[in-house]
Amino acid sequence: MGMNEMWMWLSVLCVLSGSVVTFIAALGVLRLPDFYMRMHAATKAGVVGPSLLLIGAGFYEPSLGAWIKIALAILFLLMTTPIAAHLLGKAGFVGGVRLWEGTSRNDLDKVLPSTPFTETLGPNQDQAVTTDMMTGSPAK
Amino acid sequence: MINTVFSVTIEISKFLLFLSMVGVGIRIIRGPHAGDRVVALDMLCLLGAGIAALAAITTNSMAFIDVVLGIALIGFLATVAFAGFIAGGSGQHGDE
Repeated sequence: MGMNEMWMWLSVLCVLSGSVVTFIAALGVLRLPDFYMRMHAATKAGVVGPSLLLIGAGFYEPSLGAWIKIALAILFLLMTTPIAAHLLGKAGFVGGVRLWEGTSRNDLDKVLPSTPFTETLGPNQDQAVTTDMMTGSPAK
Repeated sequence: MINTVFSVTIEISKFLLFLSMVGVGIRIIRGPHAGDRVVALDMLCLLGAGIAALAAITTNSMAFIDVVLGIALIGFLATVAFAGFIAGGSGQHGDE
């Protein structure tokens, strides 16, 4: 087994695990019961999956320039996604996204004022059902 | 042997990423809050980054790694902007 073939096997491993992790992240975004849980799936597994795919691409064609670019891309993903998730979670809490019924603790509720949950079915329920695409959007 | 394994791997990855995009799209349509849609949009950007990495392998050109950087940057900025939008609008119906 030559060196080239070994890198190909590593690439196969990284690409396969990366796509599986990405699929699990998307499954979490689709199936988890709560806004905050969905965000957790999208931002943790959602970074690891594309990073593994990038590393797989790096093993497929190993060169210094490609590795530098891949390292930059992974570093950028690791730096920006937690910031975006933090901002989004805080905005959602302030905006009145309800926690899952099974949540046992909500310490942030004592510190951060949140508006009451009003978005899903508003004062005019009949209209809210028909225009389901935009319910909860401030632009409505 | 490694070449067949590799092509099968690429096909499986394509299919998994396709299924992921469908699932995230369903979440974008279903909502229910605007925040859920923004989370799904963020995930869609990350999926686009993954697909660009896959395209770098299939087309044999490392230029697609730059595309990953661009998609990540745009996704970050869009998410931050939407977060400000949601917090400012407070999730309530503004004119009611």
